[in-house]
Parts: sequence; structure tokens; C-alpha cells
Amino acid sequence: MCLAVPGRVVEVFDESGTTMAQVDFGGVRKKVCLAYLPETGVDEYVIVHVGFAIQRLDEESAKETLATFERLGILEEEFGDGFEAAAREKGVQL
Amino acid sequence: MGEEVGGAAGGGAAGEGGNDLDFEGWTCPAPLRNTPTVVMGHGGGGAMSAELVESLFLPAYGGAARAELGDAAVLPPVAGRLAFSTDSYVVKPMFFPGGSIGDLAVNGTVNDLAMAGAQPLYLSTAYILAEGTAISDIGRVATAVGKAAEQAGVQLVTGDTKVVDHGSGDGIYVNTAGVGVIPDGVVIGPERARPGDVVLVSGAIGLHGVAVMSCREGLEFSTPVESDSAPLHGLVADMLATGVDVHVLRDPTRGGLSASLNEIARGSGVGVDLVERDLPIPEEVRDACGLLGLDPLQVANEGKLVAMVPADGADAVLEAMRAHPFGAGACRIGTVVEDHPRMVVARTGLGGTRVIDLPIGEQLPRIC
Amino acid sequence: MKYLDEFSNPDLARRLLDQIHAVTTRPWAMMEVCGGQTHSIIRHGIDQLLPEGVEMIHGPGCPVCVTPLETIDRALAIARRPDVIFCSFGDMLRVPGSHDDLFTVKSEGGDVRVVYSPLDALQVARDNPDKQVVFFGIGFETTAPANAMTVHQARQQGIPNFSLLVSHVLVPPAIAAIMESPTCRVQAFLAAGHVCSVMGTSEYPPLAEKYGVPIVVTGFEPLDILEGIRKTVVQLEEGRHELENAYPRAVPAEGNPAAVAMLRDVFEVTDRTWRGIGMIPGSGWRLSSRYADFDAELRFEVTDIQTDESPLCRSGEVLQGLIKPHECSAFGKECTPRNPLGATMVSSEGACAAYYAYRRLDLVSAGGA
Repeated sequence: MCLAVPGRVVEVFDESGTTMAQVDFGGVRKKVCLAYLPETGVDEYVIVHVGFAIQRLDEESAKETLATFERLGILEEEFGDGFEAAAREKGVQL
Repeated sequence: MGEEVGGAAGGGAAGEGGNDLDFEGWTCPAPLRNTPTVVMGHGGGGAMSAELVESLFLPAYGGAARAELGDAAVLPPVAGRLAFSTDSYVVKPMFFPGGSIGDLAVNGTVNDLAMAGAQPLYLSTAYILAEGTAISDIGRVATAVGKAAEQAGVQLVTGDTKVVDHGSGDGIYVNTAGVGVIPDGVVIGPERARPGDVVLVSGAIGLHGVAVMSCREGLEFSTPVESDSAPLHGLVADMLATGVDVHVLRDPTRGGLSASLNEIARGSGVGVDLVERDLPIPEEVRDACGLLGLDPLQVANEGKLVAMVPADGADAVLEAMRAHPFGAGACRIGTVVEDHPRMVVARTGLGGTRVIDLPIGEQLPRIC
Repeated sequence: MKYLDEFSNPDLARRLLDQIHAVTTRPWAMMEVCGGQTHSIIRHGIDQLLPEGVEMIHGPGCPVCVTPLETIDRALAIARRPDVIFCSFGDMLRVPGSHDDLFTVKSEGGDVRVVYSPLDALQVARDNPDKQVVFFGIGFETTAPANAMTVHQARQQGIPNFSLLVSHVLVPPAIAAIMESPTCRVQAFLAAGHVCSVMGTSEYPPLAEKYGVPIVVTGFEPLDILEGIRKTVVQLEEGRHELENAYPRAVPAEGNPAAVAMLRDVFEVTDRTWRGIGMIPGSGWRLSSRYADFDAELRFEVTDIQTDESPLCRSGEVLQGLIKPHECSAFGKECTPRNPLGATMVSSEGACAAYYAYRRLDLVSAGGA
């Protein structure tokens, strides 16, 4: 339901009493309503849905999550790749 | 004829040669009676029509126009089979980053001819103007037509202008028809793809569609992406010069790469396998599509081609493409297969598969 | 795009898949509630890579699909009015009403416009003071704050020619309804990440407790979905049923309090009919009485709506996860994206459309459609 994408706030401004922002989506820029996250500063990431920033993107948390995924691999390397072998046995193409 | 106008121009920007005209802030030369917008009389076939041709189209076309620009162009004989194509252009907005309806109208028809392996020679231009359209807009479009024709090396030999009631049309519609000649021995067609053929694309996809959408009413966003509108017959000539038997050429315009590949798969009764991570989708296109919920494979291109060539000739063709300015980003994106005939299937980044379907209609931004 | 590409990394996806394969000992059936996740699962072929027996049941979380037929018909009737400019998200234009769709209305001269944001529709209202501008306010909790802010601004700025046709739906009551269904096969839920970005997660632990199902808040990129599935399988294997958050970078437990406050002001809970499913008590939002002036249903008295659903369409069963799209006899035959009988064949989030677009290959090789 909810096509929402993360973007970086590049400018915060007021438009007839509403907090708005220019948000950069990797080069594509769009005006976004920031009224629900008025404390957001420039260079912070927000998640945007139909022209509204609905939530801040917690960069620390994103990095932690990715680090967790990375560690899954390291554990495997230490303990051998038995999981993958099991998957292959089942005929699953990875 | 352009010279006659030069003498009568009253404060207009009409210069020598026409193609240096600057239609930004353009004002109408005297014979156009200083109407800033199109009125019904401009399409009536009388004096006002003639003035529009002589004072606007001919100077704007410059060297690309045949002086007479009459009802019927009489052309010298050509050696070889003829390719003949027509296309109408109604793009909205008329002006967008990297181009306008004017260059599209030339390049689109030039490319349709080129995809048959033809060297384009002559174009007609026909305009349907909505009453009330700014003359300066028509000037800008006509100038773009002239420039694009000059760049493509085609002559504008005949034309027509009609005006419709305000509300019946929308700004400027352009139709171009083109004639080209196909060199002996060249046979290219959507039915010639064979299992084992390699699928090549001439560069980054999705640029034109994203550029146009960025300035469409209700969607406006800013993007560094510009339309890739370009004439491709030079690139095609270089590909053919390798001597490789190019089986299929297609310019993935409306409906994008999805539509073109599906049409070829159906035309040849073969399957097409794509590798998703090999698709040249620029980050800006991916991001704009992500924002709007569009599939980059369904977004229009106006300066790219997709080719099916025998595997043993693919490297030679690829090298020739990369040496041409309009093919610098050329790459392999997949193969033609016997499996799943008439279907295009992509291997996803994760190793799954998905069918690439023929788009149904217009691409609409979605929330889901 | 940053924070999208990293979460599509094929190497990490493989590690997550290895983990899922390693922890799975039995068949499990879990439902991704959100259509955005359905789209992503099918689009990336994730379901093909899961252990045999781990089944993804596609949920009803496509707002386009579940908007009731009566509301679509009402939208069509309003859009036909010569004094109206009808603005909508692009998804809604091809959704079939009883007899036609918004595209047809447009082709017959109705002023139907696609906008990216409801604020764009408000701008249309400012630019066209002599016209009535109606925005089709559909969506789940994710989209509701945008519509709420828009109608709030319309009132604050005194834009009398703007109104909202509201058909909002809510996730938690739908989860409860699915679990209450006697034919329910769902053993766990991937909850919709962006719904929780707005609403927070507090509504879900009571559901996990009451129905004994794991609920894992899940994002939309391939790695997010795999992590959601992994956490779910681990819970199922260990016999736990808790709320977990597999999408913490976008979902704080409290959600977005400013948005929630606005929602409470602008909307009130109502019973809502879900297309193909039926009425689910307390599963929708309508404009509160404070905003009644901006309610298009009240402004344009559209009566005489006789809805007429295709008898062939089994989208209700698809939406409840009772059948897979290709098990419907009309799938790919009478019903295609070009000629959809039900809304699930329209939206790219709809399970039928996703199957049609991406999965015909498997179905062909399996001798199906």
C-alpha cells in the first residue's frame, strides 16, 4: 500500500504557515510537506509518501541492521557454509 | 523565401539563415500582423497561412527546408528500396528538459526509418495548431524542427498547417512523414530474432520519459535528467558497416524497453531472457521511477535502440556502437531463447525470475 | 538511492536466505498484509527462493483493491459532474466500478486529473475557484496523514471549493477479521512497515497475544522482507508469538505523534466495507463532524448507486488468502490487467495483477493459465 521512499532534506522553508522541504532523492528533487516532522534538519533523511514526510529515517539503525546482516555471513564463514549446502540439496537456486 | 521576409521584418528577430533565430522572447515579424497568438485565419489557406509559412516556418527551418515547401515535393530518383514512415507527436508539455516536440517530431520519424536500416532522406511536417497558441511557441518548435533536421541530414520538403478551435486541440500537434533508402542486402525486421541472438541496447534507458514527467502538470519535480532525443541512423549505419547480419532493430519509445522486447518476442515467436543487473538504468531514472512508482523498463526513450544480433557478431557490433557518440553506453542486456516463446523474462538481482509484460496503457504515478 | 540500494544487496540477501533455510524445519504459512510487500516479493522473485513449505499468503493491504465498489461508483458519478474537477492518485483511474472507470469518465469529457499528492489537488482548487475540486482520499494509515493535512489546510485557508471523498481503511481490524475467519490458514503476519511509521506499533501486541500469532513489522526492500520472514520463521519455530520490529530504521515504537494527533482531529473510526471481503467493524476512517463541510459525500448527494460486481470475480477469496490468483477460473482469461473484473487485477499491488505481470512463466510451465 504504501510506496514511500527515503530522501535527504536539502532545504526547509515555510509556505503559507506550513513547514515544507526540498528533498533530494538521489538527484531527483521534490517539494515535500514537513509539517509532521517539523524538527527535521537539513541533511537528515526522511521517508516520503505522496508528498509528505511521514517519518525520520534513523541512519544509525539502518547501519546497525546492515551490520547485523553482514555478521550473518561472517558467522557462516567461521562455522562453514552448511546452510547453503542444505539449501542446494533442496534444489533451491540461490 | 526567407530573404524576402528579412526585408519586411519590423523589429523581429529573424536573422540570416534562419537557424540562428532565438525564439525566446520572440516577437512576430511585421507580415504576421502582430497577432501574438494563432487565430483561425492562420489555417485558412489564404494570405495569413502564406505569411505563417514564409515568415515563420521557412526562416525557422533555415537550410533544412527545400525553398518551395509546396503541396507536393518532386524528388529525384533514389537507388534502392524505399522505407516510408509516419508518426504524430502530441507530447505534453511541448517543451521539456533536453528537447521539445519539434526535435522529437524529426528524430522520431528519422529513427523509425533507421530501424528498418534506412538512410533517411526527406521529411514532411504537418502542424495542427490550437487557436490561441502563442506564435512564439510555434516559432520555438519550428526552430527545433529545423535544427534537428539539419543535425539528422534530412530535408524538409513539404508541409501543411491547420488551425482548430480553441479547446479542440491542445497547443501544437506535429505529424511528420519520412522517406529513406535501404542499402542493398540489409534486411532488418521484428520477425528475424533467432534463439542464440544477443540483445544489445545503445545506452542508458528511461531518460526521455523521466524528463517529460518531471515537468508534467501535477507531478513537477526537479531532476538532472534530460531527454535523450537523438537521430540514430548514423549509429545504425556504423553497426551495419561491421558486416554483421543485424537481425532486429527497434527504438524503445512509448512503452519503453518492455514494449519493444515484447513486440519482438511476439514478432519472431521467440523468448527473450534479460539479466536485470545488466540493464543500464541511471540512478536518477531509477530514483524518479521509485518516487512515482513507475517501472523504468516501461518509460519512453527517444534516442536509444535495442538490437538483436547473432552471438558471433555481437562484440563487433558492440564495439562499433560504443565508438559512436549516440552509442557510447551500449551494452548487452540479454539473449534470445527458444524457451517461453513470445515472453520476456528477467532474472532478478536476487536470482528469481519475473515476466516483463507489455505495458497496458499510459504510465501513471501510483501510491501503492 | 541511499537506504534503498543497500537493502537490495544480493550477497546479503543470500545470507538471509541461507538463514531462513537453516532455521526452517516445517511448513509455515504467513501473510504479508501490505500490497507493497506483495509487489516486492513477486517483483524480486523472493517467494521462489524460500524453503519449500514456507508459503506467503498475500493479504488485503492494497487500498486500491479494497475500496468499496459503492465508493468507486460514487466517485464516478461525482467526476461526471460538469462543475467538478476530480483529482486522484494514478492507481485509481483504471479500477472498475459497476459499469466503467475514471478513464472512461475522462474520455467522455469529465475533468479527471492525476496528482502525486493531495496537496496538488488543493492547489488545483486554489487555481480554479469557479470549480468544485474533489480529491479521492483512499489509502491505509500511511496515506491518511496526507489527506488529513490537506483537508485541514483547506479549512484553515478557507478554500471552500475543495472536498474529500474519503475511503480510508485500517490494518489492525483487518488482521483481527482475518484471524476470526473460520477458514483462516495464516500462522503469522508481516505487518506493514509504513503504516507503523505513522501509527507506531502499540496496536499489535494485543493482536499477537489474542490470536497467538507472531507479528513482525517489515519494510519493503528485498533485505527488509527477507529479514521479516526470517524473524517470523524463528518465532514460529520457537513457538513464540510476539510483536517484533524488523524495520527499526523507519518505525519507532511511538510512530509519528504529530501525524496521529492530526488523524484524531480530522477523522473518526467507522465501519467499512472492504471490496471483495465485506464489512469489517471499525476498520475505516471517515471525516469527523468538524470537517463535514469538506466531505464530498455530503456535498454531492449521489444517490441511486446500484452496485454490480462481476459474478466471476473471486478477488474476495484472493484478498483473504483463501485462493491464489491463478486458482480463479477467470484469471488470465476473462480477467486480465487490460480488462480487469476485480480491483486486485488493476493495482500493481493487487495480488492478481502481480501474478499476471510477473508469474505467468511459472503458470505456463506448470500447465496453468
